[in-house]
Amino acid sequence: MTEPVIRLSGVRAELGSRPVLRGIDLTVSRGEVVALLGANGSGKSTAVRSVIGQVPVSAGEIELFGTPRRRFRDWARVGYVPQRTTAAGGVPATVTEVVSSGRLSRARFGVLRKADHAAVRRALELVGMADRARDSVDALSGGQHQRVLIARALASEPELLIMDEPMAGVDLASQEVLAETLREQVAAGATVLLVLHELGPLEPLIDRAVVLRDGCVLHDGPPPKAVGQHALPGHDHVHPHAPAGAEPIRTGLLS
Amino acid sequence: MELLDYAFMQRALLAAVLVGITAPAIGIYLVQRRQPLMGDGIGHVAMTGVGLGFLLNASPVWMATAVSALGAVLMELIRWYGKTRGDIALAMLFYGGMAGGVMFVNLTPGGSNANLSSYLFGSLSTVSPSDVTAISLLAAFVVVVTLGLRRQLFAVSLDEEFARVTGLPVRALNLLTAITAAVTVTVAMRVVGLILVSALMVVPVAAAQQLSRSFAATFAIAVAIGVTVTIGGTVTSYYQDVPPGATIVLLTIAAFIVLTALAAPLARRRARAAAAAGPAGDPVECAIPASRGAGDELGV
Repeated sequence: MTEPVIRLSGVRAELGSRPVLRGIDLTVSRGEVVALLGANGSGKSTAVRSVIGQVPVSAGEIELFGTPRRRFRDWARVGYVPQRTTAAGGVPATVTEVVSSGRLSRARFGVLRKADHAAVRRALELVGMADRARDSVDALSGGQHQRVLIARALASEPELLIMDEPMAGVDLASQEVLAETLREQVAAGATVLLVLHELGPLEPLIDRAVVLRDGCVLHDGPPPKAVGQHALPGHDHVHPHAPAGAEPIRTGLLS
Repeated sequence: MELLDYAFMQRALLAAVLVGITAPAIGIYLVQRRQPLMGDGIGHVAMTGVGLGFLLNASPVWMATAVSALGAVLMELIRWYGKTRGDIALAMLFYGGMAGGVMFVNLTPGGSNANLSSYLFGSLSTVSPSDVTAISLLAAFVVVVTLGLRRQLFAVSLDEEFARVTGLPVRALNLLTAITAAVTVTVAMRVVGLILVSALMVVPVAAAQQLSRSFAATFAIAVAIGVTVTIGGTVTSYYQDVPPGATIVLLTIAAFIVLTALAAPLARRRARAAAAAGPAGDPVECAIPASRGAGDELGV
């Protein structure tokens, strides 16, 4: 636990006039696996999106690998899995085409060389999708879409993985593949920041949990233990995303 | 082929081929971004450029290029800063551009809406030698951008947020896409016309999707369809004395219908092949007794 890979101090952000982050402090050290937990609307997605520069920050500092985010250019070291349920766009694309776009951060002028194609193949093997490489992403299940999005993030062979709800809408088989993939990445020394709705099959991997509520850090320490029905083995708890402003779904993690 | 004996037909056919290549080449990225009607908006803005060309006695093609590029950049910036109001901004540019074109043409001494007609619907006989030079240069630009930056444009059109985290200059690439679309509109203006140009950006891509599974194949098939229908439409227009723009667009839609009809049995065959390969592949969700899908939501 030496060098901080991500450091947020006193970060505030607003969406419109509504404060979403109200002074967040968060440090992720090299090799750590940190889960960001909280109910819908607690600011966990906004927090990770502020780290990658997708959300403007009104106060506070963000550093990536010790460099202020505004001056950070070494994006090949970061693999990002956005909160999405599909890897498809308006035009058909193969699994390989989508995953290859994750390699662009290592490719000069967008030219993929032999080593780049090999890295894309490795990323597909890591998530168990190598046999679907030439298939259209339109033909995949929800869990397979998520595996493709994770392979895309792994294609640049990043040191830091940032994942926004990688388990949302993912079937159990894919959840286990993803947990195994993540385990290998962590064993190889990757640093991971995950937004999660609940710990699920990733629980054994997680070193530290940061729980947000209403844009503030409520808990920063060992992962909270699941209680009651949530503690049952195989409990797979997938929420549809409620519209903004809806009553937050109580996950049982916070209460 | 006697029609090749006429210099005006040689120019018209060359322009048609360039349109057939460039319109689907940029259109595929607009479809990928789910903004297929952007070309239509730019076409309307370009009318102001044509009108200004008449008024200032300058080349309407270059004037339309300048004005529509400006309009496209404006559209992109509004999309960037306004986010949810992008469609309103599009509508204002759309109608403002059209009104500006009509206004400027009518301000030109001796000018009337009749002067606009060949730009709106395309015309074979009016492609001048200087138009051919302009169209060739602009088409070369479109091909260099859409092929040379295909991986970057693919990534940005698929997922802007992810593209930013790969360090791509997302804003610059979006502006380049907008400018390239504007340039394509003016390339297509003489043959297909401003009103119908968007069809040639979108329909060949939609037709190609019926057959393809990859982006690369969709690109190639869409361009092949584009070139086929623009040549076919231009030749038909010569022999039947019908407007080329309308002929080309109707042929494109016919190609879409034919390919859709052909694709249905192809899709069935693929589905059967996939079902046969199924057990060896990934287990489907319902095959695992312990799993719950997103639909099996439990209240807490």
